[in-house]
Amino acid sequence: MFEYYLSLFIKAIFIENMALVFFLGMCTFIAISKKIETAIGLGIAVIVVQSITVPVNNLIFTFLLADGALAWAGFPDVDLSFLGFLSYIGVIAAIVQIMEMFLDKYVPALYNALGVFLPLITVNCAILGGSLFMVNRGYDFVESSVYGIGSGVGWAVAIVTLAGIREKLKYSDIPAGLQGLGITFITVGLMSLGFMSFGGISL
Amino acid sequence: MSNVKEVLLAPIFTNNPIGLQILGICSALAVTTKMSVALVMCIALTVVTAFSNMLISLIRNRIPTSIRIIVQMTVIASLVIVVDQVLGAVAYDMSKQLTVFIGLIITNCIVMGRAEAFAMQNPPGISFVDGIGNGLGYSVVLMSVAAIREFFGSGSLFGIEIMPLITNGGWYNPMGMMLLPPSAFFIIGLLIWALRSWKTEQVEAPEYEIGGHTALSQS
Amino acid sequence: MADNKDSIKNVIGMALSVCLVSAIIVAGSAVSLKPMRLANKEQDRNKNILIAAGLFQPGVTKEAQIGELFREFELRLVDLDANRLLTLDESSALGIDLSKYDQRRASKDPDLSMALATKEDIASIGRRAQYSVAYLLKKDKQIDKIVLPIHGYGLWSVLYGFVALENDFNTVIGITFYEHGETAGLGGEVENPRWKNLWIGKEIFDADGQVALTVVKGAVNPASKTLVHEVDGLSGASLTSRGVQNLIAFWLGEQGFGPLLKNIKG
Repeated sequence: MFEYYLSLFIKAIFIENMALVFFLGMCTFIAISKKIETAIGLGIAVIVVQSITVPVNNLIFTFLLADGALAWAGFPDVDLSFLGFLSYIGVIAAIVQIMEMFLDKYVPALYNALGVFLPLITVNCAILGGSLFMVNRGYDFVESSVYGIGSGVGWAVAIVTLAGIREKLKYSDIPAGLQGLGITFITVGLMSLGFMSFGGISL
Repeated sequence: MSNVKEVLLAPIFTNNPIGLQILGICSALAVTTKMSVALVMCIALTVVTAFSNMLISLIRNRIPTSIRIIVQMTVIASLVIVVDQVLGAVAYDMSKQLTVFIGLIITNCIVMGRAEAFAMQNPPGISFVDGIGNGLGYSVVLMSVAAIREFFGSGSLFGIEIMPLITNGGWYNPMGMMLLPPSAFFIIGLLIWALRSWKTEQVEAPEYEIGGHTALSQS
Repeated sequence: MADNKDSIKNVIGMALSVCLVSAIIVAGSAVSLKPMRLANKEQDRNKNILIAAGLFQPGVTKEAQIGELFREFELRLVDLDANRLLTLDESSALGIDLSKYDQRRASKDPDLSMALATKEDIASIGRRAQYSVAYLLKKDKQIDKIVLPIHGYGLWSVLYGFVALENDFNTVIGITFYEHGETAGLGGEVENPRWKNLWIGKEIFDADGQVALTVVKGAVNPASKTLVHEVDGLSGASLTSRGVQNLIAFWLGEQGFGPLLKNIKG
């Protein structure tokens, strides 16, 4: 059983990398990857939020939204799955907000480091994408916890690596039109190509 | 009237949401392996952006600042759900292929970004036009990427065979690479290069200037 | 206006009214469109069963025609533990409505499914439901064609499909996949009719009754001795091809429909 979860974890980090294979969270990925320190901060924030929201949304889906999920409350025929998007994004926004308040009050040091990134996370597609993939693939609670952490780590790894490359890249002589955004996309493409090679690993 | 035209056309080339504002690349690239799927995605996004802009603009004077973001989010999410339901009912095949990516329109930065930056300050009519304009700007990039990927990757456009494939008894050996994720990044990077070579005012200033041949000048 | 916009009363009022309006719109559209969505889903599945059995003509798009053709099939519940077709009475005694039976949901229910050991689980599906539905086409009260649901993991996603067999329970009539998330143009080519046509006439089992069908890498060598068991791989999608081979091996093997087919054959 442990092997199974480990392989799910590795798969979420490398083979199904949120940023480089599914293009999720690209806006922030490109915009906030100029410096390694900020990239690390954002990466950690994503890991934390992702590992909380995916399992929580999993509970919401299994016990409230799925077809027949309300059987415990006496409504076996109710299918609320159409409310999915709205609930997941609500949960994400709420958790981000709660985390922000909690960190502000109890862990000010961490709040100062992560604070500015938290609002950005609500609109990060990787977070919503994580929850949607979880529902789409029918993960159970433990699987979704593992998947949440794994996909968060995968995203963080990708953004920190990109920031590292970009820090070096600014000293290169790049054609004018390619400067900035253009070369970043091409770099990401090359990274994505590298990550494709993990696809052949069978776990 | 010229104002309307400008709001509509500016986002397409001069202020393209993907090319310049780095918005909304997220959910979109994964659906650009086929033009038909990309087209449905573009329509869905344009509709959502236009209507969310209009609705948010309608209530912009009543939205309290403290819950601004969540109100915008609710409006957008509701619209996306409606679009998703409609697609499931009338174009089942398409909705099957788009899977979770329709849902990801909610977090597409273009929709949120325009609601926040434009609709909160402008009346409904022009906000609607702005939504359409930005949707079109996004569509132009998405469709060009999809066209390149489908043409070289599958030898067809909109599923109609242009270059007969070897596997089908033709002569074209498809570039499988074009259908894999990395190619989308390369294509967008190159598109931005092309766009900026044409409209040079969009070029970003380098953060670090490389000096002349200092060693030479010293000697 | 601007002063009291942020008053608590207004915040709450606004929040409630936005919730109310969106709830009405969302629920309204979901409820009114649900029948159409479900009908689409069912029609799509039925169409794929027809395609697998080679009964589908490309011109047929009308819902009524698909329904008409589909009515030819006899639905029977398969007990994968007892390896036999249940009679209609038995399945209604179990409280299962054949046309509505959801194998996917049953696979998650511990009462209706069993966990597979890693070794048995060649299709990487984790759990297998006890019951499945077979679609039979009869001629003179004898089974003429049988369509069986199959699924398994490819590269990115679970592929769901059907395979149809002749009445020797060995020769393939056709195969289809109606739901998957493979890369369009590479693994997604499982939907390509030309590739699906390669399956027609292939034989699943070897002389010893073992599943011998393989999806080879690249093209099949026409001189191969086991030509009748080989299908070309999808180019650029070796993992999806392997997934397809594995799911065939699983569903027509010991844990799947294999023993049932032997039993019916007698």
